[in-house]
Amino acid sequence: MTAPPIEMASGVGSLAWLLFVLPALGALINLLAGRRANAWGHWLGVGTVVASFVLGLLIFFETLGLDPEQRSREVSLFSWIASGSLNVDFGIRLDPLSLTFVLLITGVGSLIHIYSVGYMSHDPGRRRFFAQLNLFVAAMLLLVLGNNFVMLYLGWEGVGLASFLLIGFYQDRPAAATAAKKAFLMNRVGDVGLAIAIFLIWLELGSLQYAEVFARIGEVPSGTVLAITLLLLLGACGKSGQFPLQSWLPDAMEGPTPVSALIHAATMVTAGVYLIARTHPIYDLTETGRLVVALVGVITLLIGAVIGCAYDDIKKVLAYSTVSQIGYMILAVGLGPAGYALGIFHLLTHGFFKAGLFLGAGSVMHAMNDDVNMRHFGGLARRMPITFVTFGLGYLALIGFPFLSGYFSKDAIIEAAFGQEGWQGWVFGGAATLAAGLTAFYMTRLMIMTFFGQERWKDFNAAASTLDPASGSSAGHDYHPHESPVSMTAPMIVLAVGSVFGGFVLYSIGLYEWLAPSLGELQELEGGALPHALVPWLVVAFSALGVLVAYLLVGRRPTPVQRPEPVSLPVRAARRDLYANAINETLIERPGIWLTRALVFVDNRGVDGVVNGLAAGLGGSSGRLRRLQTGFVRSYALSMLGGSVFVVAALLAVRFA
Amino acid sequence: MSPTNYLLLSGLLFTVGAVGVLVRRNAIVVFMCIELMLNAVNLSLVTFARINGTLDGQVMAFFVMVVAAAEVVVGLAIIMSIFRTRRSSSVDDANLLKY
Repeated sequence: MTAPPIEMASGVGSLAWLLFVLPALGALINLLAGRRANAWGHWLGVGTVVASFVLGLLIFFETLGLDPEQRSREVSLFSWIASGSLNVDFGIRLDPLSLTFVLLITGVGSLIHIYSVGYMSHDPGRRRFFAQLNLFVAAMLLLVLGNNFVMLYLGWEGVGLASFLLIGFYQDRPAAATAAKKAFLMNRVGDVGLAIAIFLIWLELGSLQYAEVFARIGEVPSGTVLAITLLLLLGACGKSGQFPLQSWLPDAMEGPTPVSALIHAATMVTAGVYLIARTHPIYDLTETGRLVVALVGVITLLIGAVIGCAYDDIKKVLAYSTVSQIGYMILAVGLGPAGYALGIFHLLTHGFFKAGLFLGAGSVMHAMNDDVNMRHFGGLARRMPITFVTFGLGYLALIGFPFLSGYFSKDAIIEAAFGQEGWQGWVFGGAATLAAGLTAFYMTRLMIMTFFGQERWKDFNAAASTLDPASGSSAGHDYHPHESPVSMTAPMIVLAVGSVFGGFVLYSIGLYEWLAPSLGELQELEGGALPHALVPWLVVAFSALGVLVAYLLVGRRPTPVQRPEPVSLPVRAARRDLYANAINETLIERPGIWLTRALVFVDNRGVDGVVNGLAAGLGGSSGRLRRLQTGFVRSYALSMLGGSVFVVAALLAVRFA
Repeated sequence: MSPTNYLLLSGLLFTVGAVGVLVRRNAIVVFMCIELMLNAVNLSLVTFARINGTLDGQVMAFFVMVVAAAEVVVGLAIIMSIFRTRRSSSVDDANLLKY
């Protein structure tokens, strides 16, 4: 392929560095100013992100005014690393892909920042929270704006750090600390893959600038290209919670809900999709690499959808839904030129409705004393009408209700999946359709358990009032559901509007043409496993079936407050994350523990044994030898004489022998 | 007279001194025996100087005398202070410095 000519950006585009510098400054000031900033720190956090969003919009409109061929521009800032043959410039790449991400990150980010002002209003750590949110936004923007792999990696690690800090925001909860560590470690596994991929690229091409790498990637032997794509995929799996590294994402729900919305739904977890879309010239060269990507996506979207059906924790259901939806995106980018733009399309619409769903879940938790167990909810639709309506719209968008945003993006992916030739079309398309049905099932179950049915929390209030009120034991269950403040509902409304119209608007204004300079023209597939006209009907039918089954199983009978035990084998497996944690524990953790134990044993007994044995031997023999020091002076004199005689005799013997 | 006789005398004196150091207990006597050994060595040094016709041995003898004089000073002082504290001048009694 021919790389589009890269020009230096002028006008507003040359200010692109402000995009990530502003949130970084916000984070810096909030962290350094200390308690003095408690009063205004959160508004600073909101302000910097909103300013970034406005600037992003300006650059976007400026870029829209250019010819499509000139829309990929660069801003060179300074020479960052100059050492021998490794030269890395600190530069920005402004093209449709990065600008799309900038608008998503800063747009959804702004809404979530505003929401957090209300959500975190009672939290003593609010300033720190906003500093870390700003840090996250800055790192994410750096990730998508860099024009070389090193800046990508810098942002990648920055996002990992911010995510670690934010998941572990409630430091005093052991579960949060563990979840943060788990996320960090599993991300690290992926990061190693990304790092090695970058090393390989540099080794082969001696350059890390996107423009040069993509122009010359054809020179690389095909085996190495395959290795690079697989390693990049490993990085994407780590960051995006894809199989086999998916199990950190649900645990990451220990963080505050806005974090779940911002990081683990709308932005950070999409970094893997961005990575693959950005490096698509490399993936274009290897059929096998793309196939592996698509397989990972398919496996993950099924895993996420199946497990989502079994959880009672509202945030974990949404988390597994995220895992599943990102599986769709990875599947899409794994389909090659027919899917890159579709993956980004679904990423955008998903960013809207999933952020909205998470914010809605946060609003519900806010009303229910931070309870997340859906079995304690019920009948909240009348208590929280705004939350109900916005959440419901996000729900309809997610399950692909016709003409809402999820319908456009998800159907397009499933169509493209069915468009593949041979077994791939049936497997990919079939799995994606099945998962669409499962998505409808678990989301309907969530809706029914949360917003409809009996008000089960009333039983807890009644039960609690019979307990000793002075003991305070009833405090956790004294529910008074109420609608959230305007600062929380306003972002939810905006996101709900986006969930409804986003897909249609993006589709009709030509997102695919807009992305074409970055991702290539979207290939229309001919033929394939199923005719295209049939696919939307099939998907809608499966989704409707899922809704119906959920209504029959959950909606028509009262929900037990206690989780039913015992349950059938599949449910048990799904409740245990399809044994993902058990598998990780058996395959990685336990052998790791054994290995470290063995090493400690070798160290203690082997290395330390030699050293200690030597010392003990010397000590013991010295203890025996010191018996020679009798304190009897004349025996010393005798031994001196004897020694002298011996030496003299020896000398004489040598001399005259 | 043949220098061999001087060397024989020197060896005899040295042996007397060495045996004295080994068998006597009185520190003063041991000390005197050491002096005897030193002077036996001096005698042989001077003899060898005579045999070789150089001054090296004689110079060495002077060194030995100087060292012996210094040693006497220190040694007698040590013997005196041990005698004052322990009321004994036997070398076998001064046996505290051991394992």
